[in-house]
Amino acid sequence: MKSLAELAAIRDKALGDVQVRTEKDGTRIVVGMATCGIAAGARPVLTAFLEEVAKRELKGVTVTQTGCIGVCRLEPIVEVYKPGEERVTYVKVTPDMVPKIVSQHIVNGSPVVENTIGYVENR
Amino acid sequence: MREISEHILDIAQNSVVADASEITLSVLADTAKDLLTVTILDNGKGMDAAMVESVLSPFTTSRTTRKVGLGIPMFRETALTANGSFDITSAPGKGTGVTATMEISNIDRPPLGALADTMHILITSNPDIDFIIRMACDAREEVLDTREVRTVLGSVALNNPEVSAWIREALTEMNDKVFGGENI
Ligand SMILES: Nc1ncnc2c1ncn2[C@@H]1O[C@H](COP(=O)(O)OP(=O)(O)OP(=O)(O)O)[C@@H](O)[C@H]1O
Ligand SMILES: [Mg+2]
Repeated sequence: MKSLAELAAIRDKALGDVQVRTEKDGTRIVVGMATCGIAAGARPVLTAFLEEVAKRELKGVTVTQTGCIGVCRLEPIVEVYKPGEERVTYVKVTPDMVPKIVSQHIVNGSPVVENTIGYVENR
Repeated sequence: MREISEHILDIAQNSVVADASEITLSVLADTAKDLLTVTILDNGKGMDAAMVESVLSPFTTSRTTRKVGLGIPMFRETALTANGSFDITSAPGKGTGVTATMEISNIDRPPLGALADTMHILITSNPDIDFIIRMACDAREEVLDTREVRTVLGSVALNNPEVSAWIREALTEMNDKVFGGENI
């Protein structure tokens, strides 16, 4: 296993971090990972979100998965929860859509409408 | 599924839903025997013999959003198509083990795929579950045990962003050490 000494340093830094954030104050990006989500390519989408959030060093943004979003023909599905705002659901998400969703919506607050469920369903 | 990693992610998801507190994922390759063995083992709520029998057919699920369960039948199909085997052992209240074997050289065998990313997603999305990740290829073997990671971390969470990055690197190193250069 990788060096645990490095991990101890990360722990000490985290413990010393004065800025205390609670999870629920932040933005949550949740990728649907039930069987049909995974089969439709949800895993690379989640990795793309993780990389984009890390690259931009966004604080208070968490990327997780759930086994429970499930509308097979619209997978991969991604839900974005911003504090005090309504949930936005993106459908048929591919890794190349991720940078735009992060910059336009997560950072600048305006959803990428053409990839949301309402738009795609009513097209 | 395009990758074996995707099957592992999907099958481990069943363990999460079954309330497992400990999940062991192992991917073992024996090139002399041309044999790849993938095991997902959990201590979740388990299934009785009749349930095990029935989940192998694509019509059994305890899902409420869709009538058929697909994850297990799909993995079984992948294993059998690659001239391998598929087996579930389970006991109510004890847990479940799913084992798939495949011929490494079989042209119908999907690649392992993004194993490190997959394990990383499972660990950081389920910070309260202990994962034991084992990768081996012939004499090379690497293990990551989140209980050891947790011992070092104390009150710091496994999904803390920097810890998460460390875990991803650790898994990538393991994967490269064990499977790097092999066409698996
Ligand atoms: N590790 C496990 N522990 C307990 N029960 C399990 C486990 N794995 C599977 N099951 C049972 O078997 C059923 C079928 O699993 P399967 O993965 O094939 O489909 P599913 O999870 O129901 O739906 P999906 O198609 O999204 O995977 C599950 O609904 C669950 O009741
Ligand atoms: Mg399943």
